Amino acid sequence: MAIEVRDVNKSFGTTPVLRDVSIDVESGSLTALLGPSGGGKSTLLRVIAGLEQPDTGTVRISGVDATRLAPQRRNVGFVFQHYAAFKHLTVFRNVAFGLEIRKRPKDEIRKRVMELLELVHLEQMADRYPSQLSGGQRQRMALARALAVEPEVLLLDEPFGALDAQVRKELRTWLRRLHDEVHVTTVFVTHDQEEAIEVADTIVVLADGEVEQVGSPAEVYDNPANPFVMRFLGPVTEIGGSLVRPHDIEISTEPVEGGTSATVSRVVRLGFEVRVELQVEGRDAWVQVTRGFADQLALTSGDVVSVRPAPGARSLVLATV
Amino acid sequence: MTTDVAVPPALPPGPPGGGARPRSRFSVPGGTALGVGSAVLYLSLIVLIPLAVVAWRSVDQGPGYFWRAVTTPDAWSALTLTVGASILVALINLVMGTIIAWVLVRDRFPGKAVVDTLIDLPFALPTIVAGLVLLSLYGPESPLGLNLAYSRAGVVLALLFVTLPFVVRTVQPVLLELDKEMEQAAASLGASPFQTFRRIILPNLVPAMLSGTALAFTRSIAEFGSTVLISGNLPFKTQVAAVNIFSQIEGDNTTGAAAISTVLLVVALVALVSLDLLQRWGSRRG
Repeated sequence: MAIEVRDVNKSFGTTPVLRDVSIDVESGSLTALLGPSGGGKSTLLRVIAGLEQPDTGTVRISGVDATRLAPQRRNVGFVFQHYAAFKHLTVFRNVAFGLEIRKRPKDEIRKRVMELLELVHLEQMADRYPSQLSGGQRQRMALARALAVEPEVLLLDEPFGALDAQVRKELRTWLRRLHDEVHVTTVFVTHDQEEAIEVADTIVVLADGEVEQVGSPAEVYDNPANPFVMRFLGPVTEIGGSLVRPHDIEISTEPVEGGTSATVSRVVRLGFEVRVELQVEGRDAWVQVTRGFADQLALTSGDVVSVRPAPGARSLVLATV
Repeated sequence: MTTDVAVPPALPPGPPGGGARPRSRFSVPGGTALGVGSAVLYLSLIVLIPLAVVAWRSVDQGPGYFWRAVTTPDAWSALTLTVGASILVALINLVMGTIIAWVLVRDRFPGKAVVDTLIDLPFALPTIVAGLVLLSLYGPESPLGLNLAYSRAGVVLALLFVTLPFVVRTVQPVLLELDKEMEQAAASLGASPFQTFRRIILPNLVPAMLSGTALAFTRSIAEFGSTVLISGNLPFKTQVAAVNIFSQIEGDNTTGAAAISTVLLVVALVALVSLDLLQRWGSRRG
């Protein structure tokens, strides 16, 4: 294991931020810490980096107890949401910083920095200052800077959070490819479930300072441990006391076995996808169907239909209130 | 002074060309000309013309007279004392002002708000009052038993007092705005606290430190009120240039007074320009 976190508790003042958090991060994996804001995921990342001290519990990095180790001595690379660029230094000197601190020979530094700048596609920008770069470029510079010292683990705190949607999408695909090239154990924090599913091998869902579930993207999406995880990982709707993904519902104009009767309240066409909004037993629900299927059914508001979870669909029975 | 001192932590730039706001009717080229025109006129009336007159007056009896006026033993002594003491004061304030700013921003202690307010006192106090305070504290009847009156040390003390706020007040906001994550990034890259200070924090503070020092220096060379009491104005010993100018005018030697004033003016200008150049050079070099 590259990182082993055991029973970590951390409070800020009287507010508990992490409660008995234990996670394992496999060497060479790409792990997402996913959860709503205020769920403790950034704090957990900072505890791993040594930027915060846990109140109790231990952190081991590559088998070594690092709980009381200063951040300088943990050999982790950290990338901040707002880049934390050294704004008085050029891109080259930013990336070279960790190597200069380690007093590596000049030509070795030069070679390594240029390699890294090539890796993050900033080789043309070496002599620029951070203020002359776009947000995406600054974040790639920060990544190169963190990678320069050959960290045992790379930690990214909402690395794309400050970027606009388009750049964000590009960068996450790029991060995935980068990880496949360099294989450094990487943990990143995100509140975007799509980002986590797309990029990570393993997702750790954190909420209210507690680990809700750990698993591959498919596992947490298809086999959510609880209604919270199910809701957080994707769209859900409630039918017959169960939580179901709206694309896992069969809808029929004829009564079907095991079906629940529902009234169509609205049909919304969103390009390829059609959202059928329903009233089921006095509650709002919705079903996602393809356009072709919706045309075939020719639904309009007021129609009475029968709905049921598709065979093999994952659903969670909600505790009756 | 460079304007890049207090740039907030890096924000992503907007989309290309997105920064151009539609021109309001007040920013037509004519409006700009009016603005520049009034600024230049005002500066000319308040600053440039009076300074030019002083410089002009200083040479109205020929450059030979100018040279003799500034090299009379008492004038020369006053000038060297003033410039020497001001350099010393500027350097001390550079170090102490930075330390005070650091403590005020980074440390927590009871009464911090009071100390923070006290820093401005030398600005707020009429300088003659400052002189009186210093004289009663460090004069012949000093309750501390420390008599600095009529000595050069007294002059330096008075100058230190009145110029204290400059470096503190220029460094403080920059330090407040400084991105803490830069320091954390440096730490995670292996930099010790000292290395982080020297390589990350200090370079970001230098422009503010230099402009504060320049202000302290230029204020020092012109200081009159606070030094006049404690120095005793002994020619060749404790008389500063401003007091020397005053006594020249009292002796009806306006040309001599103008000559010394011009020297102070040039020294101040050279100090400001060279520190500015130093900053530009530093920011280019990174």
